[in-house]
Amino acid sequence: MTDDGRAAVAAVEAVANRIERERDYLTQLDSAIGDADHGGNMARGWAAAADAARDLDDPDAQTVAKTVGKTLMSKVGGASGPLFGGSLVFASVELDDGVTAESAVAFAETYLEKVKDRGDARVGDQTMVDALTPAVHTFKKSIETDSRPALEALAKAVDAAERGVAFTVPIRARKGRASYLGWRSVGHQDPGATSTLFILEELLAVAADQLDSEVPDVDATSPTIPDEAGTDEGTTPEPEED
Amino acid sequence: MKKLINDPDDVVDEMLDGMTAAYPERLRRLPETQVLVRDDGPVEGKVALVTGGGSGHEPTHAGFVGDGMLDGAAAGGVFSSPTADEFGALIDACDAGDGVLAIIKNYEGDVMNFETAIELAEMEDVEIDSVVVDDDVAVEDSLYTSGRRGVCGTILVHKAAGAKAAEGAELSEVKRVAQNVIDNVGTMGMALTSCVTPEKGEPTFDLGADEIELGIGIHGEPGTERTETMPADDVTDELTETVLDDLDVDSGQEVLTIVNGMGGTPQMELFVVNRRLQELLGERDIETWDAWVGDYMTSLDMAGASITVCVVDDELKELLGAPADTPALTVR
Repeated sequence: MTDDGRAAVAAVEAVANRIERERDYLTQLDSAIGDADHGGNMARGWAAAADAARDLDDPDAQTVAKTVGKTLMSKVGGASGPLFGGSLVFASVELDDGVTAESAVAFAETYLEKVKDRGDARVGDQTMVDALTPAVHTFKKSIETDSRPALEALAKAVDAAERGVAFTVPIRARKGRASYLGWRSVGHQDPGATSTLFILEELLAVAADQLDSEVPDVDATSPTIPDEAGTDEGTTPEPEED
Repeated sequence: MKKLINDPDDVVDEMLDGMTAAYPERLRRLPETQVLVRDDGPVEGKVALVTGGGSGHEPTHAGFVGDGMLDGAAAGGVFSSPTADEFGALIDACDAGDGVLAIIKNYEGDVMNFETAIELAEMEDVEIDSVVVDDDVAVEDSLYTSGRRGVCGTILVHKAAGAKAAEGAELSEVKRVAQNVIDNVGTMGMALTSCVTPEKGEPTFDLGADEIELGIGIHGEPGTERTETMPADDVTDELTETVLDDLDVDSGQEVLTIVNGMGGTPQMELFVVNRRLQELLGERDIETWDAWVGDYMTSLDMAGASITVCVVDDELKELLGAPADTPALTVR
């Protein structure tokens, strides 16, 4: 197995374990604003994905990503299957030449683009896009503009995602099941943004482990980069209107 | 609540096997999937029409698989979308190399899973396009949807586009016809009782003994107005007026109408509704070209009905009247 492949399988196992540990928490978040199935669906999907990844014979990272994406697509169900799984299948195309800082940026950007297209969502809609967008933009900027090492860039991305998750709390859902609640969605943390953060945290931990490094301590004030479409709508909670 | 089932977990699987057992010369189930396709497919020289969605709406979807309509349909769990890989297996099995049109009802899960499968098929060089049906005039956004819901008008999309595809028309033409139906059809439904899903085993929503709900969806999701029970004529007027106003139908225009049962309503009552519907159209000088009455797009055992009106031009009349031979709809 290539180093990339070994790391990828380890990452998938770590994510599956984490999602299983957080299963009840994710379901609890989802029961407030959705149909209380995010924890169970994700745990089932990632457990199957970890099994599928382990069963691969000497895979590279691309094969692992594609297999995990397809498994999530078939096992998670609802909208999360295409969002988490489908996007991973499309993003895996960027790993033709293995995992490098450059291909990881392309992978992350394609993943974000597919999630946004598929969900027709942008920053400020109280979705996983709120965690993913600042994470991907921060990762790209750290590598391409600031020439930081990949592990540090990933740590900054996780930090940005964390604040993206917090950002979903005071805003109103405009996409997904929660949007039906209108203003009643204000004050709730988005489950998809939360599980996205957990996935990124596990990727960071596995990456540090593979590189035999400590997780870098990042400056917690690195800016959250807004969506190009702007975030003016929905950032300020307004009074109940209906 | 009592149900004639074995295990709620097996309901869809056992239903699909029962369907292929009922129509062994028409329907075939793809192994390891919940996809039913034409037994004689893929049909060469023809654009393939595919659809799918949650189960519990029978005879939708697979009931309309056959000559002159659909080439295959993917069945999800009760009221939940098929996964993208099931849609992928459906597309792969039905594509004869002459293009594929996916007919999607406007629900977030259906749209996202189907679109993912379509994009993956495009990467494999399948010529494929899609339309999204959103004919429910009652609500803008609802529990499962951004925008309007896709309901009974979908059957007319299957019928018209299916007839066009059977003529050997190319994909863009088949899509144009499908979109023409979507642009000219409107539906509104009502419920006398809630549906009962096999898994939950009790009513999805509470409706008092003397209450009805107007503008209801096909998954037990809320409607627009809850009122005291009314005579059939008053209900018919309310639904029909809303649909006609939304479609902006003028006197002198020709329409096809459907009085659709929601699964738990006797034909007797559907005909009572149709009687008033036709009377009302007559009062408005709207000419009924054809009137369908029956269960086409159901919501399990929900009692109630929906009224669909589709404005028809010469082309749609020819296509909607063309022969079709499927388990649930035969036109000769």
